[in-house]
Amino acid sequence: MSPIESFFESSVRTATPLLLAALGEMVVERAGIINIGLEGLIIGGAFGALLGATHGGVAVGFSAAICVGIALALLFYLFVDLIGTDQIVTGTAVTILALGATGALYRVWYGSSGAALSIATSAPVAIPWLASIPIIGPALFRQPTTTYLCYALVPVTWWWMNRTHSGLALRAIGESPHAAVVSGVRVSRYRLAAMCFSGALAGLAGGTLVLAQVGTFAEGMSAGRGFIAIAAVVLGRWNPLGVAGAALLFGAATALQFWIQALGLRVPYQAVLALPYALTLAALAGVAGRVNAPAALGRPLAPDATSS
Amino acid sequence: MIASGPTASPARIPRSVIIVTAIAITLAVFLLLLAVSGGNVGVAARAMGRGAFGSRYALFSATLVRAVPLILTGLAVAWAFSAGVFNIGVEGQFLVGASAATATALAFPSGGLLSLAAAMVAGATAGAAWAGIAAWLRVRFAVLEVISTIMLNFLALQLLSYLVHGPLGDPGGIYPQSPALPSSMWLPRIIPNTRLHLGFVIALIACASAWFVKTRTAAGFRLRLVGANPHAARIAGRVSVERVTTTAFLVSGGIAGLAGAVEVTGVTYALYESISPGYGYTAIAVALLANLNPAAVIVSGVGFGALEAGAAAMQRDAGVPIVVASVVEALIILVLATAQRRRWFADDSVIVTAVASPESA
Repeated sequence: MSPIESFFESSVRTATPLLLAALGEMVVERAGIINIGLEGLIIGGAFGALLGATHGGVAVGFSAAICVGIALALLFYLFVDLIGTDQIVTGTAVTILALGATGALYRVWYGSSGAALSIATSAPVAIPWLASIPIIGPALFRQPTTTYLCYALVPVTWWWMNRTHSGLALRAIGESPHAAVVSGVRVSRYRLAAMCFSGALAGLAGGTLVLAQVGTFAEGMSAGRGFIAIAAVVLGRWNPLGVAGAALLFGAATALQFWIQALGLRVPYQAVLALPYALTLAALAGVAGRVNAPAALGRPLAPDATSS
Repeated sequence: MIASGPTASPARIPRSVIIVTAIAITLAVFLLLLAVSGGNVGVAARAMGRGAFGSRYALFSATLVRAVPLILTGLAVAWAFSAGVFNIGVEGQFLVGASAATATALAFPSGGLLSLAAAMVAGATAGAAWAGIAAWLRVRFAVLEVISTIMLNFLALQLLSYLVHGPLGDPGGIYPQSPALPSSMWLPRIIPNTRLHLGFVIALIACASAWFVKTRTAAGFRLRLVGANPHAARIAGRVSVERVTTTAFLVSGGIAGLAGAVEVTGVTYALYESISPGYGYTAIAVALLANLNPAAVIVSGVGFGALEAGAAAMQRDAGVPIVVASVVEALIILVLATAQRRRWFADDSVIVTAVASPESA
């Protein structure tokens, strides 16, 4: 592959877990929940993938990643909607919990043995003919399976949110849970379903990191991706297509390090590693004043909404 | 915090009961986790107790030394949260504070106490400036500070890595770290034959001052007012919410930067990448356990200092990884969040009480 081809290829590859996590977060935010614990869901999914892949291969790894992601999402949901705790504080706790628990379990179960290094991984799947298109072929059509899942998820979530009754109900909840309740929407069910969807995708994002990118697990390997994904939701204006574009932008910023290496530029490597984070800040400042967040985002549900 | 007053709602459980329950639940869950994961609960618990309080060394050289950065960073979080500012970036502000203090101390090694004071000021200023980026983004562009401060944490980590590999690195050293500070730049020890340093006193003074400002001055009242309900503060109290939150953000960052400066001059005597084992994140638990009260931060800081010192001993003696301490922290946050549900922020019923009787708050 030429440098430009491998740059595009790694952009899409690194964007994949970001997009998965961001699509899930977008859906829960549309229902009025901001889950700062997304980072925790991703690292949980990553550890689940390691655990599953150690004992049963790639498919089991992805399934375990999804299960851990959903479990952590349900924990968050339990506290935020059923108990009524503050969303930001709870999300922070979920992240700290997942980072600590995965770190501890990793050291106990994998610490001295090299088992984590020899897990089955998911190789990229090249789509015949399409993958050999110059420049964009490898980027779009020689990717892990989860990338192809993204291709389907982006239009499907767009269609669902904008063209179906239930999608409209979800968006109504994010704008005004009270009005949604009055209109007969079962707010709790929607929020629970949205959290499960988000948990599954965030878990899958962690699974993609382990099984299709790094090939093993490392403590804290989520490295802020959950927070970057939340930024991608803002940048993409809570719209699947926009979110996909934002995720791709952050993927490209990360992939730039391979590009810079290929060109042999003399830049401190820390500056390259810092780029996605700096870009996130710049991007958030750039969309200022032009974003319309769901009106009820981050607000606790009133008792009348929880009872439905 | 205003919301905790008995006038806010008559049927509340006393604060002390909540805290004791939180700690009890957390310890129970923690011991259960230990048992489930196959650890020897007895050995682990004994190691933990010994490591935290078991000897003069454990208390003064482990627990209290560990408590100093936790008290200061906990105070930083408490101050920001009190104004409704979610400064999750205390970790990054700590790191830039430590870097600036190291640079200052290495640049002016022969200035005695003056240089030491300059290092503290440099640390606090750098921390405030780092927080200032997020504060500016919040005021100017309405960027959610939760995201921006986390991004700034990662940026601070890369900046620190660059510094110790380059400009601040020890030219003759093997490891990526700064040269050791000259002993004239060390904070003096305050108890003979222990590692407890002057930073402990600095932390106590900081908490006492913060407590005084928060509870006994008009500025402190505005801070609590804005934290409880910015909307009401703007309309009923005619308070400039932006000014109050920005100031709180800068003060919070300044305290976090000071914590970094104190750690470098009091404990590590050199700058390196892993200088903070996540103090800025533990600080959130410290602040919440203290109910955002600056005086109570001292107690909860020492408590978490004991937890971390004990966890370190547990890792040595019982083979339980030290990161389980963060599981305990997360559990404490969740239990406290449960006790505080829907009361921390933007609670309209509370502000009425606060406005009606400022003295009671």
